[in-house]
Amino acid sequence: MALPQPKLDTLDARLTVLDLPDDNGCLKPAREDALARLHASGLPGRRDEYWKYTRPETLTSAEVIPAALLSERETPVFDNVDRVRLVFVDGVFNAEASDDPSLAGVTIERLADVAAHDIHWAKDIYGVLETRGQTPVSRPLAALNTAFATDGLVIHATGKAAKPIALEYLHQSETSDAHLHHVIKVETGAVVTILEDGPAAARFNKVMEVEVADGGTFHHVRAQGRDHQRRAATHIFARLGEESVFKSFTVTMNGVLTRNDCVLELTGDNAVAHIAGACVGDGDFHHDDTVFITHDALACESRQVFKKVLRNGATGVFQGKILVKAGAQKTDGYQISQSLLLDDDSQFLAKPELEIYADDVVCSHGSTSGAIDEEGLFYLRSRGVPVGEATDLMTLAFLAEAIQEIEDASLAENILARLEGWMARRRKD
Amino acid sequence: MLEIKNLHVKLEDEDKQILKGVNLTVEAGKVHAIMGPNGSGKSTLSYVLSGRDGYEVTEGSATLGGEDILDMEPEERAAAGLFLAFQYPVEIPGVGNMTFLRTAVNSQRKARGEEELSAGEFLKVVREKAKALEIDANMLKRPVNVGFSGGEKKRNEILQMAMLEPKMCILDETDSGLDVDAMKLVADGVNALRDEGRGFLVITHYQRLLDHIKPDVVHILSDGRIIKTGGPELALEVENNGYAGLKAEVA
Ligand SMILES: Nc1ncnc2c1ncn2[C@@H]1O[C@H](COP(=O)(O)OP(=O)(O)O)[C@@H](O)[C@H]1O
Ligand SMILES: [Mg+2]
Repeated sequence: MALPQPKLDTLDARLTVLDLPDDNGCLKPAREDALARLHASGLPGRRDEYWKYTRPETLTSAEVIPAALLSERETPVFDNVDRVRLVFVDGVFNAEASDDPSLAGVTIERLADVAAHDIHWAKDIYGVLETRGQTPVSRPLAALNTAFATDGLVIHATGKAAKPIALEYLHQSETSDAHLHHVIKVETGAVVTILEDGPAAARFNKVMEVEVADGGTFHHVRAQGRDHQRRAATHIFARLGEESVFKSFTVTMNGVLTRNDCVLELTGDNAVAHIAGACVGDGDFHHDDTVFITHDALACESRQVFKKVLRNGATGVFQGKILVKAGAQKTDGYQISQSLLLDDDSQFLAKPELEIYADDVVCSHGSTSGAIDEEGLFYLRSRGVPVGEATDLMTLAFLAEAIQEIEDASLAENILARLEGWMARRRKD
Repeated sequence: MLEIKNLHVKLEDEDKQILKGVNLTVEAGKVHAIMGPNGSGKSTLSYVLSGRDGYEVTEGSATLGGEDILDMEPEERAAAGLFLAFQYPVEIPGVGNMTFLRTAVNSQRKARGEEELSAGEFLKVVREKAKALEIDANMLKRPVNVGFSGGEKKRNEILQMAMLEPKMCILDETDSGLDVDAMKLVADGVNALRDEGRGFLVITHYQRLLDHIKPDVVHILSDGRIIKTGGPELALEVENNGYAGLKAEVA
């Protein structure tokens, strides 16, 4: 089917300013395939079902809208964590600023190096999980990424990693337009934690494909920088084997536009997938979590916990779906999305969906939107807690269920500290 | 200590007058009780004094230690030494009881220009006071009042009072929902705080709490007015004749 003219125009304009990387190695077929898919689907448009609440224009335009840099340089969120630090500046890996990437139990390579090889295990994942995640809902920005990403990391976990791998994304150019693509494979019995921190670029398109083999464990904690004007479209595609564990948490502070897609496929029995997010937005802030979890095995557990604090006209979006395929008996699915609206100007748009083809499952979902509890606020104030501090305490309490999804207490502390800082900067008393 | 003069209060959103000229003075070191039928305005009085939204003072004044409190924010009133033990303590999911107590204590100390308590000092004091009220470590860890039984909530109110050491304590039906043992525990907690420098206003519907917390003065509030003031014997009169008898006698 031919694309309608506006879609053709948008795609042409976008592709004109991008060059297909000239690596002639193992990733080339995936790149060409992605490009072909892109020509078939076009880029996201306003009328697309999953772009109803979020305007895609600034993510698909040929030109980047410049994004001012944060005036003060932030300390990395995970600065006090013993970690292997790998730095990207505006989407380009910077070896000098990074730690030596050797870590027992893990092999870390650069995507550009892998792409030069004729044979590499990554070719079985690169673009492959992304392609699987394109049905039933197409995700053209991810296909765009697969075609054009030149940098990223290829991480192979074969044992228990002694420390987390921290990807630090620095944003130093007001017009950077970055495509990053990470490929992660967690083998049986291996355990790895990936941390991500920073805004990355004026416009950031990132894909992370994660294959967790039977009995593998993958942890992910991400902080999406607090640069105000940045735009980001990120995708996580993960496939989970038997008794594997996948846990991902994201905190987002500020950002005119953030769209985080997460597409998980539970293909082995007894797999566990938890995905959580806490975001805080003030004013010109639009944050969209779009999640699709497919249960395709017995007795798997999935859990989605998303909390958004919105003020001064900020917008939050949640689109979350649980699909339980026929035969995925004993599925345990849970989904909650909630917003705390600190004023009447802010809004939360939620579209929770369940599609179930098995009969012996437990699935629940809920979505709420509300103001701060006045009774609770008065109770705190009547004990002498000033109104600003009391509001912050109630706000953090609202976010707590999401933050509790972070398994590692010290990582959770770091995230909490950032949220406290964000609130303290806005406190009126 | 607490001086209420000709206090008239109506609902903010409705044309409904609730307090119709309340006069009351609680001296330091004294325990005053307010008794009255349901709906007479007892809780309204306690809320207006502590600064809750939704009420409008149309006439009269209230001062604490000579300072006008009606224009203060709720947290300023608390820092000035006013404390209300709620008739219905509020549940706050997600805020740990201990965090809540420490934030409250330190907020008030900060407002008064005093040094904040260190985590260690705080813990020591809280453990000791909690023990007297039979509040265990688990209750301190749980979110504020969430899943607490009626009695646990009331004991938690008294713990807050003990930690904050207010000058003026208002207790709104702290006896409601308590069995005899729990009531004794709460009363002991209150009595332990009785002090030359501290005033109490004990609001209750029944006389039985006053067997344990012996009042110096008893007021009867009816339809927004104090219709009678007397000694402890007035509470017994209510117990024997009911409010109806009293109202008839005054009218
Ligand atoms: N926020 C409110 N909204 C509507 N009516 C109220 C409100 N607060 C109090 N009232 C009314 O005011 C009167 C006194 O209530 P209250 O102070 O709770 O009495 P008491 O504590 O003596 O039982 C009652 O008629 C009650 O219904
Ligand atoms: Mg009452």
